[in-house]
Amino acid sequence: MTQQSLWQFVSEQHEKLLVQITQHLGLTFLSLLLAIIVGLPLGILIARKRKLSGSVLGVAGILQTIPSIALLGFMIPAFGIGATPAIVALLIYALLPIIRNTYTGITGVNPAVIEAAKAMGMNRKQLLFKVELPLAMPVIIAGIRTAAVINVGVATLASFVAAGGLGEFIFGGISLNNTNMILAGAIPAALLAILLDKLIAVFQKIKYQNLRKFWYIIPVIFVIIGSGYWLTSSSENKLKAGFTPEFMGRQDGDLGLRSVYGLNVNPKVVNDAIMYKAAYEGELDLISGYSTDGRIKAFDLYVLEDDKKIFPPYFAAPIIKTKTLQKFPELEKTLDLLAGKFNDSIMTDLNYKSDYQNLTPEKIAKDFLIKNKLYKNPQNSNGATIRIGSKIFGEQYILTEIYKMLIEGYTHYRVETKTGLGGTKICFDALMNDAIDFYPEYTGTGLLVLLKPDEKTISEVSKSAESTYDYVNSEFQKQYGIQWLQPLGFNNSYALMMRKKQSKQLKIETISDLKHYLNSN
Amino acid sequence: MITVESVSKHFGGRPAVDDISFHANDKEILVLLGTSGCGKTTTLKMINRLIEADSGNIFIDGKNIRDQKVETLRMGIGFVMQNSGLFPNYTIKENIATVPKLLKWNKNKTERRTEELLSKLNLSTDILSRFPNELSGGQQQRVGIARALIANSPILLMDEPFGALDNITKADIHSEFKSLEELKNKTIILVTHDVQEAFELGHRICLMDKGKIIQTGTPKEMLYHHKNGFVKEFFASNRLLLEYKITVLKDLFPFLSDFEIDFPEDSTVWNILQKLSSDQQRTDEYEKIVKAFNDYRKLQIA
Repeated sequence: MTQQSLWQFVSEQHEKLLVQITQHLGLTFLSLLLAIIVGLPLGILIARKRKLSGSVLGVAGILQTIPSIALLGFMIPAFGIGATPAIVALLIYALLPIIRNTYTGITGVNPAVIEAAKAMGMNRKQLLFKVELPLAMPVIIAGIRTAAVINVGVATLASFVAAGGLGEFIFGGISLNNTNMILAGAIPAALLAILLDKLIAVFQKIKYQNLRKFWYIIPVIFVIIGSGYWLTSSSENKLKAGFTPEFMGRQDGDLGLRSVYGLNVNPKVVNDAIMYKAAYEGELDLISGYSTDGRIKAFDLYVLEDDKKIFPPYFAAPIIKTKTLQKFPELEKTLDLLAGKFNDSIMTDLNYKSDYQNLTPEKIAKDFLIKNKLYKNPQNSNGATIRIGSKIFGEQYILTEIYKMLIEGYTHYRVETKTGLGGTKICFDALMNDAIDFYPEYTGTGLLVLLKPDEKTISEVSKSAESTYDYVNSEFQKQYGIQWLQPLGFNNSYALMMRKKQSKQLKIETISDLKHYLNSN
Repeated sequence: MITVESVSKHFGGRPAVDDISFHANDKEILVLLGTSGCGKTTTLKMINRLIEADSGNIFIDGKNIRDQKVETLRMGIGFVMQNSGLFPNYTIKENIATVPKLLKWNKNKTERRTEELLSKLNLSTDILSRFPNELSGGQQQRVGIARALIANSPILLMDEPFGALDNITKADIHSEFKSLEELKNKTIILVTHDVQEAFELGHRICLMDKGKIIQTGTPKEMLYHHKNGFVKEFFASNRLLLEYKITVLKDLFPFLSDFEIDFPEDSTVWNILQKLSSDQQRTDEYEKIVKAFNDYRKLQIA
């Protein structure tokens, strides 16, 4: 069943898949080529001047340990978004194996052979090219192999910075609870890694003399495959748009923009953690986002009016298994203390404190509870443990912290938080598998990402926030044995936003205005 | 002619070669003999500047080796090392052609010279397309020698060239080496720790110990006119064998009367006795030679 529908997905999306594979290979090869251009001479240098080897290998080693997402984050201020930061980040990951293997390969050449070469009257250049490099070549190529496999893996993260690649499917699939989409990205990525590894292994076995014939062809191959990247990702538009993978696949997202507004902005796929900043810095002009996001205020963005109502408002509420509520009898009434305590501007303000003023979620949560006279000092906790989950963005961290303090203040339960779960699918699977007990979810996500009813039902139930809540709550109880507790009081919906200044300049206030602007000339 | 003038080399503050001077005449095989760590290899490598001397001067035909480009110097000096030092990634043909390639010889010249050397060194041309690890130790060493000889340089430095070979192969190569015309007009400095090899191949021997030269001289001088106890002690365990080996038939003429000689006059006593002892019919001749040798010896040590 799954296999068949995976096949269906692939055949439906084969154009996109091909583009992503081409981009993926392009990123991998370009970065690998650059890494060889940088790494090989560095490796040769430190093999000559061994005193430098400690520091050079040390620095390359430290770069290697930087988590890939963090590294991509560092790249944005320097290189913006798109291919450049992705290639630079990949280059950095590929450096260590190439430098180290070049160094090991050259220093591992039998000293008697080197002495013989010197005694024959070879100069340093002849020694390097005729003796040292040829003899070190198998080890050097082994390093390039390692680097290639690392790069195929890390290149999936390129989609975070709008550089495309198979990560678009993988992370889109995680956000959209679409296993086929994940597999359509992950399987080709794995195959690419294996294929590349085997292909380079062939070169490892070729004798250097024969390899010399390929010597000039190899960079050409690299450049050709690399340039495939630009052929596939050239999208000319007056406005540069970047949407999250989840937005790309939702009816109240890019799909709605296309079908209801007839708006196709050629969006790039980008991670929401960096999207706002990229918009602020002018790397992107149009982004998707959440209406309560604190960064709207922080980065002076303007939310376009949704004049055809494709972004219906949705409640946020904790979702929890009925079974779990029975296990923790005091829990429901404690969580319901928060019901209606929020509205949109309160939530936006809390997010602003986190996103812009850099206050910790703990501090924001405590201030909020004190202000609402709900704060109580933690009681002695001796009961069972409740595990709260959250997705990986600020609002959810704050809510989780508020719940934690509330439960600790009003009950004897212990609380454990599992924050930063990658996306809707990961959070929901964790809940279903009892890895967490509850997490805050949005009714729209419940409807469109998790339940996925037919279009008629969607348009019917999403007429108001209340009807969506009722539908989602009853369906979840039926299908999953999960309840939606009382809504917190704020609405979260998707929104399209631009820099305030630019929207004023172009006189774009509504999404229809945007379409007019894009269609004119 | 190679002249070494008060040359020293220190490694980490410890003297490896300590103010030594010697010279090698044209067309002479000079052997640097000593135990491991005596500084003989260091001395050899200072001649083609694989190791730079700390002090002192080395002249080749009157020219200071420091005054020329190191690559030019080395291209003019053949070098043979212990484990052949062949390039494992090159075929035998490419290995032999290393220096001609650096000297930019044309292909024909290189090939002609390669074939010439192969036949002189009793190597078949079949091996040309093979790689060093496909050859036996003796073959590798011969290829190493071919590589060192190909450019016809007048000087040859040899660092324990036969050290890794078994005794039988070694004996074969020794006799080839001695009969090789190619070598007769070269100045050769050969490093070895093998006393028999030194006596067999060397015109003159430099006995070294702890970075110093203890005595330089012909094999005969080393045995019969040793400078001190160290020299005497050094050869003590091989002494009789060496004496047999350095004495040739010609030396014994004054002590041999009415003797039918059917050996060339430069055959060593050792070889003659070997042959005679294996033939039961010739015990008389054997005894006569031994007697003559004893008479000759008495005069030498007196």
